[in-house]
Amino acid sequence: MNKGRFGIFGGQYIPETLMNEVIQLEETYEKYKKDEKFNTELDFLLKNYAGRPSLLYFAKNMTENLGGARIYLKREDLNHTGSHKINNVLGQVLLAKYMGKTRVIAETGAGQHGVATATAAALLGLECEIFMGKEDTERQALNVYRMELLGAKVHTVTSGTMTLKDAVNEAMREWATRTEDTLYVLGSVMGPHPFPMIVRDFQSVISKEARAQILELEGKLPKAVIACVGGGSNAMGAFYNFIEDKEVRLIGAEAAGKGVDTELHAASMTKGTLGIFHGMKSYFCQDECGQIAPVYSISAGLDYPGVGPEHAYLKDSKRAEYVPVTDDEAVDAFEYLSRMEGIIPAIESAHAVAHAIKIAKEFNKNDSIIICLSGRGDKDVAAIARYRGRKIFE
Amino acid sequence: MENRIKNAFEGKKAFIPFISAGDPDLESTEKFVLALEEAGADLIELGIPFSDPIADGTVIQKANLRALAGGVTIEKIFETVKNIRFKTQVPLVFLTYLNPVFKYGYEKFFKKCAEVGIDGVIIPDIPFEEQAEILEYAEKQGVYVISFLAPTSNDRIEKIAEKARGFIYVASSMGVTGVRSEITTNLAEIINRAKKVTKTPCAVGFGINTPEQVREIEKFADGAIVGSAIVKIIEEYGPEAAPHIKEYVKTMRQ
Repeated sequence: MNKGRFGIFGGQYIPETLMNEVIQLEETYEKYKKDEKFNTELDFLLKNYAGRPSLLYFAKNMTENLGGARIYLKREDLNHTGSHKINNVLGQVLLAKYMGKTRVIAETGAGQHGVATATAAALLGLECEIFMGKEDTERQALNVYRMELLGAKVHTVTSGTMTLKDAVNEAMREWATRTEDTLYVLGSVMGPHPFPMIVRDFQSVISKEARAQILELEGKLPKAVIACVGGGSNAMGAFYNFIEDKEVRLIGAEAAGKGVDTELHAASMTKGTLGIFHGMKSYFCQDECGQIAPVYSISAGLDYPGVGPEHAYLKDSKRAEYVPVTDDEAVDAFEYLSRMEGIIPAIESAHAVAHAIKIAKEFNKNDSIIICLSGRGDKDVAAIARYRGRKIFE
Repeated sequence: MENRIKNAFEGKKAFIPFISAGDPDLESTEKFVLALEEAGADLIELGIPFSDPIADGTVIQKANLRALAGGVTIEKIFETVKNIRFKTQVPLVFLTYLNPVFKYGYEKFFKKCAEVGIDGVIIPDIPFEEQAEILEYAEKQGVYVISFLAPTSNDRIEKIAEKARGFIYVASSMGVTGVRSEITTNLAEIINRAKKVTKTPCAVGFGINTPEQVREIEKFADGAIVGSAIVKIIEEYGPEAAPHIKEYVKTMRQ
């Protein structure tokens, strides 16, 4: 009952067909996370393939323009494949290999996790199949081609709302069908235990580096760490090594879509209620009968009706705060960072930038804040152009 | 009221059909239950629809969505079961996912189950390790929580079987619900292991759709569960499906 819990959140609410697999995954992970060979191999890949450590960049123009805290960007966008997702997939695909699996499957929303998984599978010589909602294959068509280029098979999911939630459903169904040679490489700090723990551990490299870097650069801890939250993997990675530093505010920016007072949002922390879905007890956007609600965000990567259980715990224990950011605010921030610093952020990450813009002035000029720039925005350029009325197609 | 599930297995192999409550509407559900019983069903599984049934294949997914589109809620399904109980004492179990039950409230849900005459619940997304979440509420009301065994249950077979009440749902193969032409799992071995530690009957489901498959399964199991094949008939004939499912179940029962 208490396995893999964060307070009341988490758990293993999955069909019997998958239980043996998650038990084995947990045992394997516990064995290899302390294994010298595994860690040496993973560190080598993170450094020589993904390009870690990522920069902690001082955003001078933005700092001067906003006139408050000294703003730093943790540049996960500079990783190979263009987002933080590579940190987790290198770990999990390597784990799959150590488990003797020959095939990995994964869900993807924006396509970043799918591309990262396909990349790691190509590198490490595993078969790869990706599940992606039909709506997302349309708004992120280039990423579909990218995955295929990397040798992955992309399944277009046409059930339900045809977005990330449904891609997770299909990936779980596929995993239940074929476990003997296959590992489900989950992309976020969600799903049944041990996934929230494994993904958090692999992503915690973000805050491990950022904490050391900011101490080196500023000689003191930041006042706040801000990251966008869908399922919550980059935020969990960015928060993790700061959790014990009680003076550091941890702020998650979730997708408010057209606004949290409309039906069109994906703000599971602001508007969701306690529920049990996709293997975990956490907060979900749902109706009063417990049916999972269709959600909406301009950002395919944040367009998910739930949030990882450790985030739900950080919210309830008041260690972290979660704020809604609308499409409009995110698009403004997308353009702002592009002009101001010459950095085009992923529309997901732009949600975190938007909140930083709002609160930068609340801080003293000697204080710093860190924004986790989880991904780069090349994939979003055409969609943002269309949002602004320019008829550009990929 | 004593739990009716044992009646389904007394001196016979149980035939267990599944239908999704409210597909296409709740009046039809009542008719279908009566038709199934007349055709020889020994226990009937009634689905409470959920938006995201991750253990179900496309046929039952679509049935869930049809029922939800018609505005079905747990409350309305309880009303229907109450009406059905005026007409039949056939053992009835709900099949649903945990979230709708969690939202309704565990205590209230199981109290209501006992009140209207539901004998058990099958919840695919609550494995043995998480059953404590609902068990005390269910047991207090005399409603059985049905346990699953899968082809990969391995070392867990005995501990699951020992605690199982009502009947054990043995998944014939990996994957989700839905018609399969061939079942290759060594089911007899799984069931024999379970039977060494429990008297609770074992029924096999997932993919069963022909009388030959039923006969094969009845050689070593206590019952056969048929879902998607019946739901498909309902998908085709809608409110007029009763005579068609009756005919199908009779063939399966031969």
